[in-house]
Amino acid sequence: MTSIITRRRFNFGAGAAAATLPLIGGASAQAPLGVGFIYVGPVGDHGWTWTHDQGRKALEKEFGAKIKTSFIENVAEGPDAQRAIRQLAQAGNRIIFTTSFGFMNPTIQVAKQFPKIHFEHATGYQRAENVATYNARFYEGRAVIGTIAGHMSKSGQAGYIASFPIPEVVMGINAFTLAARKVNPNFKTKVIWASTWYDPAKEADAAKALIDQGADMITQHTDSAAALQAAEQRGVFAFGQASDMSSFAPKAHLSAIVDDWSGYYVSRVKAAMDGTWKSGDVWGGIKDGFVKIAPYNTAVTPAARAAADDVMKGIVAGTLHPFTGELKDLKGEVRVKAGEKASDEVLSKMDWYVDGVQA
Amino acid sequence: MLEWRRRREPSPAMLYASPLIAVVLTMLIGMIVFTAMGYDGFHAVRDIFLTPFLEPQRWADLGVKAAPLVIIALGLAIGFRANVWNIGAEGQYIMGAIAGTGVALATYDMTGWWILPAMALAGILGGMAWAAIPAFLRVKLQVSEILTSLMLTYVAVQGLYYLVRGPWKDPDGFNFPQTRMFTTDQTLPVMMEGSLVHLGIPVAVIIALVAWLLMEKTTAGYAVKVVGLAPAAARHGGFSADRVTWATLLASGGLAGLAGLFEAAGPFGQLTPQFPTGYGFTAIIVAFLGRLNPLGIVFGGIVLAATYVGGEIAQTTVRLPQAATGMFQALLLFVLLATDVLVRYRIGWKVRAA
Repeated sequence: MTSIITRRRFNFGAGAAAATLPLIGGASAQAPLGVGFIYVGPVGDHGWTWTHDQGRKALEKEFGAKIKTSFIENVAEGPDAQRAIRQLAQAGNRIIFTTSFGFMNPTIQVAKQFPKIHFEHATGYQRAENVATYNARFYEGRAVIGTIAGHMSKSGQAGYIASFPIPEVVMGINAFTLAARKVNPNFKTKVIWASTWYDPAKEADAAKALIDQGADMITQHTDSAAALQAAEQRGVFAFGQASDMSSFAPKAHLSAIVDDWSGYYVSRVKAAMDGTWKSGDVWGGIKDGFVKIAPYNTAVTPAARAAADDVMKGIVAGTLHPFTGELKDLKGEVRVKAGEKASDEVLSKMDWYVDGVQA
Repeated sequence: MLEWRRRREPSPAMLYASPLIAVVLTMLIGMIVFTAMGYDGFHAVRDIFLTPFLEPQRWADLGVKAAPLVIIALGLAIGFRANVWNIGAEGQYIMGAIAGTGVALATYDMTGWWILPAMALAGILGGMAWAAIPAFLRVKLQVSEILTSLMLTYVAVQGLYYLVRGPWKDPDGFNFPQTRMFTTDQTLPVMMEGSLVHLGIPVAVIIALVAWLLMEKTTAGYAVKVVGLAPAAARHGGFSADRVTWATLLASGGLAGLAGLFEAAGPFGQLTPQFPTGYGFTAIIVAFLGRLNPLGIVFGGIVLAATYVGGEIAQTTVRLPQAATGMFQALLLFVLLATDVLVRYRIGWKVRAA
């Protein structure tokens, strides 16, 4: 319990302060607070869903018998999600986390029927009185691994396995490419759309196709470790997604973007317990502890290490923004003016690619 | 000692009892397997097979899940009776949804009662057109419809991906590959406030009754059965196997297309890449569980729907992994095929000659 609190590096103002206070009396006399989770993949994906489940486990560790968590995994984005969310609501959960973009409409619809239950939707843009949204600034992590890729790639070409061309994914592709091109101005990123968040066989096939086309750096916006395993087999480098995936590809795995939802989950469940829960939108980055970078592989050269560390420090200090102008899209139109930083508004609607991206 | 004795005639009692025996055996085997794996096997099986029926708030979910399975399985069963093996209902289901969505997008700024029937008609025609390809290839070139219909499913999936990512992408959808949400005039009326229960559910029951009348009470139904059971006799009787192939494939394609349209204009309310959920394949289990009998299929659809809905309940109560749902469904088909032996054989004691 204490280890979680001391490990917490973010600050949510009153919420976080309240969370560090002793638990308010009386709660123990009540029935445990139900906390539900809807996952898009299996908890064993060792990627996106796994990290959310780590957050759920952190909640159990933090609150013990005061809460009761449950989850439904592998929920398809569509009407199945509506049924699954409604089931968690009817089962008496007081706060429900729906952890994929495609759960947005179902979450909003079910939330209308259960005004007293708090809903938390990850990565979406629709909110309501009882629906909050939260997301992580993954693009900050992309800028760090892009820097490493720029240094380490011999062919100057990365392969990117992407899910769907929504702003969050487009943002990651651009941040990665921009950072790599700062190191190597001729760097190119080839994208394959897998049209799924989780399908190990498809992800591995995409990785192999990209390697065949000359990519010697593989990165992904899908949830399994299959692409890393493919990279390991073919002797190229790769980056883990959502969690440290080095155990799947000890040689290929240069580093990983690690998601950590536990701090946010603890603060929100605490707020639900205290009756201070409010809808809102939180977008946390490296500085807030939402996004972390896994330890570098020994293969990462000292120059690449130093450059990646500098990017990370700059982002935390606020002196470096991965989307600093001038940025042009592929048609040559200026999207971010010279010297300006892209606003969150621009980022959250991003549907254009920077130079060097072949999507 | 136990021995198998061949029955002189297939047992009519076992014909109907064996699906029930299969369900019970699946529950028992599941209970043993999951207990051995360290789960609470008893509760897992109870939550998967019984809880969905015991909690009234789940009935709506059962109906929503069963309706497409039943509609598709009704079509498939007609073909299976005639030895026409349409394995590609999933593809016809997708093409039906695509055709109906085409009408929806074309009528986006219009209103009127006629829009939804037009979409349904397009859905049926879309499914029929997709099933017409295997029918043509089988009748004209003797190509197995099992392979062609299955492979066309993947073509349909790619077609769907292309449309939702390209020409049909929602202009206000933040670049997410999906079509616009359908308007009220393009959506099936919701029959129960606060649920997904839609018009497709009563329609599924009506289609089942019509299919039963057609198969049991008309010459056309008789022709289908004769062609399946005794092709030579059918030829002597003047029934054309080619016509039956065409008719059954078109019927199963059309029904799968209608189910696809109902799903698109009902629970989904749009087309997305997640649209293909495997109903077309699961419906094969439903058809056999229902003994290829239209009324039995309604029962089979509800049982399969329960495994989906109950699988989610078991995840939250006993933390059974989601893969267990698929395992139960596969086990059910496996046990069902195994218990079929009881229709033709019975178990008896072997008496030793003294």
